[in-house]
Amino acid sequence: MPLETTDPAKMRLNATVNGRVVSLEIEPRAILLDVLRDDLQLTGTKRSCDTQVCGACTILLDGLPVSACCTLAYEIDGREVETIEGLAGPDGLHPIQQAFVDRVAIQCGFCTPGFVLTTKALLTENPCPTRSEIEDYLGGNLCRCTGYWNILEAVEDAAARVGPANGRSEAP
Amino acid sequence: MSALAAAPPLLTAIGHDAPRIDAVAKVTGEAQFAGDLRLHGMAYGRLLRSPYAHARIVDIDTSRAEALPGVIAVMTGRDLPAVDPYYGHALKDRPILAIDRVRFVGEPVVAVAAESPPIADEVITLIDVTYEELSTVVTIDAALAPDAPHLHDVVNLRSGLFHGLGDIHLEPGNVCYHHAFTRGDVAQAFAAADIVVEGEYDFPAVYQYSLEPHTTIAQWMGDDLTVWSSCQHPFLVRAELADLYALPVAAVRVVVPYLGGGFGSKSYTKMEPITSALARKTGRPVRIANSIDESMVTTRRHGMKAWLRTAATSDGRLLAREVRAWFDTGAYADNGPRVVATGADAAPGPYRWEAVQVDAWGVYTNTSPAGSYRAFGASHLQWCGELQVDEIARRCGLDALQIRERNLLHRGESVRPGGKPLDADLVGDIRKVAAGLDWETPKPAGIVGRGMSVGLLAAGAHPVSTAIVRMEADGGVTLLVSSTEVGQGARTVFAQIVAEELALPLEKVRVLGGDTRVTPYDRSTGASRSTTIAGLGVLRAAADVRSQLLAIGSRVFDLPEEALTVRAAAVWHEGEPIPYPDLIKAHFGMVGGELVGHGEVRPERGSGSYAEGPVFWEVCIGGAEVAVDAETGRVTVNKTVSVADVGKALNPRLVEAQEMGGAMQGIGNALHEEMLFDRTGTLLNATLFEYHVPAIADMPDTFVSNIVENADGPGPYGAKGVGEGALAGVAAAIATALADAGVQIDTLPATPERVWRALAAREAGVVNEGDTKR
Repeated sequence: MPLETTDPAKMRLNATVNGRVVSLEIEPRAILLDVLRDDLQLTGTKRSCDTQVCGACTILLDGLPVSACCTLAYEIDGREVETIEGLAGPDGLHPIQQAFVDRVAIQCGFCTPGFVLTTKALLTENPCPTRSEIEDYLGGNLCRCTGYWNILEAVEDAAARVGPANGRSEAP
Repeated sequence: MSALAAAPPLLTAIGHDAPRIDAVAKVTGEAQFAGDLRLHGMAYGRLLRSPYAHARIVDIDTSRAEALPGVIAVMTGRDLPAVDPYYGHALKDRPILAIDRVRFVGEPVVAVAAESPPIADEVITLIDVTYEELSTVVTIDAALAPDAPHLHDVVNLRSGLFHGLGDIHLEPGNVCYHHAFTRGDVAQAFAAADIVVEGEYDFPAVYQYSLEPHTTIAQWMGDDLTVWSSCQHPFLVRAELADLYALPVAAVRVVVPYLGGGFGSKSYTKMEPITSALARKTGRPVRIANSIDESMVTTRRHGMKAWLRTAATSDGRLLAREVRAWFDTGAYADNGPRVVATGADAAPGPYRWEAVQVDAWGVYTNTSPAGSYRAFGASHLQWCGELQVDEIARRCGLDALQIRERNLLHRGESVRPGGKPLDADLVGDIRKVAAGLDWETPKPAGIVGRGMSVGLLAAGAHPVSTAIVRMEADGGVTLLVSSTEVGQGARTVFAQIVAEELALPLEKVRVLGGDTRVTPYDRSTGASRSTTIAGLGVLRAAADVRSQLLAIGSRVFDLPEEALTVRAAAVWHEGEPIPYPDLIKAHFGMVGGELVGHGEVRPERGSGSYAEGPVFWEVCIGGAEVAVDAETGRVTVNKTVSVADVGKALNPRLVEAQEMGGAMQGIGNALHEEMLFDRTGTLLNATLFEYHVPAIADMPDTFVSNIVENADGPGPYGAKGVGEGALAGVAAAIATALADAGVQIDTLPATPERVWRALAAREAGVVNEGDTKR
């Protein structure tokens, strides 16, 4: 394994990103968002507030939603990251994505990847969330276009699509 | 074209909730925004910004910065590679980088280009700027004081390319624009009035917050400049850049990827002059990507203070209104003059006045520049005027609906002399608001208020747009149109129009937008104009192709065009179709070629100027029910009501989406949002931690949306624009609802502290004189 780095000021990072094993040399101070967007070309993860308020850069780290703008890249070493690019399969959109499309829960689209991934984490934890549980869970994602109505509908729709019927009700 | 004009629209694609054509790209992360682009050899720009609101630049020492490995260029206001270092579409008051003087905290002073973002971050820490602080004017009052320092030599300012406001003559001082008009005899009307309501109001600066911060990439090839930018108006940016570098407009190419929201924050020219100058200096492509805190000081909404009084008879007939309003445009005018003019024009409100007098001023202060924000002009003064209408109603024993039914303008009545008469049914609209609020039913227990508001916004901007429709040999269509897809769904609606006119399924239509070298001229994306004006251009371009298809069909069938119809991607004679590909093959004698249709929209009369307009009146209307917690002053919005008076909803779901988003911004504006500048001109709430953008928890319990379709718009199929009305309407309705609940607010936002103080003042039986006025 080429674990050594060519640059002594850098460190080696091994992780699984969207099911693919990646091995990178990074600066210890590198921010995960920059590594995803610049090194791995995964630009679906968006930069907005830089302060973990808006949720636009949400990714799933071992299945849990995390703001990539406030995560050091080395923290993903040995762990699994899922970004928006990892969601759709060969058969098309993930049901959550399809729900966002069908419910017009998208306007400018800049917040959309973060909302979709947060929704995925929510439905994994809680396949049949109530409206107030959805509001709680999505409280860390901002959208300035939609007023949230269609997003709420999309999450409820997605829950109906991927919930218990999909055999994913084992989570607490 | 005669057969076309006679053909009634079939409405197979129009009026339906067609899916957004950009939805899949946006939900998978494939959609590219300006910050997602990488050019070969691209350098990373960063700006050193001023820590002072007003200071003389004594010295800039860049020697340490230039010695840092990985630094490509360090540029100051003294070595700008532009022919004209000043820009501004209204007034050319703004240097590309500060020249000798800074006028607000956050003004760019030095621009650097480096091999990587971390190096760019580091290098700006190695620049030593020596400032000599100057006396600072942070508030409107300070700026208008007799001894205030002058921010600009306004007498010698040059007009920008698009001020569109006639000759601007300015007296020495800090006023960058004055707009005034008088109709009727105001003094006489007030003297004759039974009731006069008077008040002073404070309206905050707010940050538009599009999630995507301003991002620009510039690349020079010889004297050809290409800019990829998060901008709403690519052709206006192109013109200003060509002006800065004394280039033909065709030498400048502005490309707009998907925009991550705009709301006015990306109107006109923002980061493009600096980025293009830095690229010219380095000889390489350069990107400047703002952070959110940088975007917050790049543009904002105008704060405003106003004095209004309104006169009425004792039976509730509105007589006259007098308005004086001062708009804080910050250190540079940006869109300030237009905001002032629009705000002044909207100030009377849509009522049948005997007399009106309005004076509005744009005022320079040492704060970040203010420009456009969704519903600008309408949102500034609508809430003040509507509070006074309701106060008059209370004194007359009328309710808010009754006084509006009596006084609102009717269709066809004059809104302003020389302008377009009213093209909407305001009484019908306000009754829908009342119905949505369950107006006749008792209010819930507690401190609960219901309010409504109505206003008019001059919409459409200058009515110039063009579009090109290319029908390929296989019958598929590419539409070229430059309206920016900012999230509103313009491309989806344009595709629907093409599908309708050419009887094609939606998936046969591709839309390419926002590349000034490829897609044809469009004046701007704002003022709710895309569907109405650009959409009409699209319709005409598609109709042009349709007429070409009919002409070819006429030759192939050997029949007059009147005997032919267009449906299901074919030209038909009775039961016999010829599909488009066969017609195109017959026309060119091969499988190939394409039909190109052109559509344009230009003023139908006069010059299309603002004074002659607007293209249509956007109805800014809304309702709200609010509940107030007496102990904390916290306001809960139980319900909002919007009415989209759109003529014809080409895509009802997208119309409703505009209303939902606008209403939510109205809630933020009314209750939460306010940029707070301290005495030194520093923005105190300069991150999203401190500046509260409405989150999902701020949603009202109920949102009632009405769509009114009277086919009374100038756009395709009778459409008129949407998108701004709910913001102004709902924000003002929250203010009137609070008043209905007994909470007299004269300063927005209605924060818990202000509401609590207003309640306490009511308890104590004293008139609220405003609390924490800035």
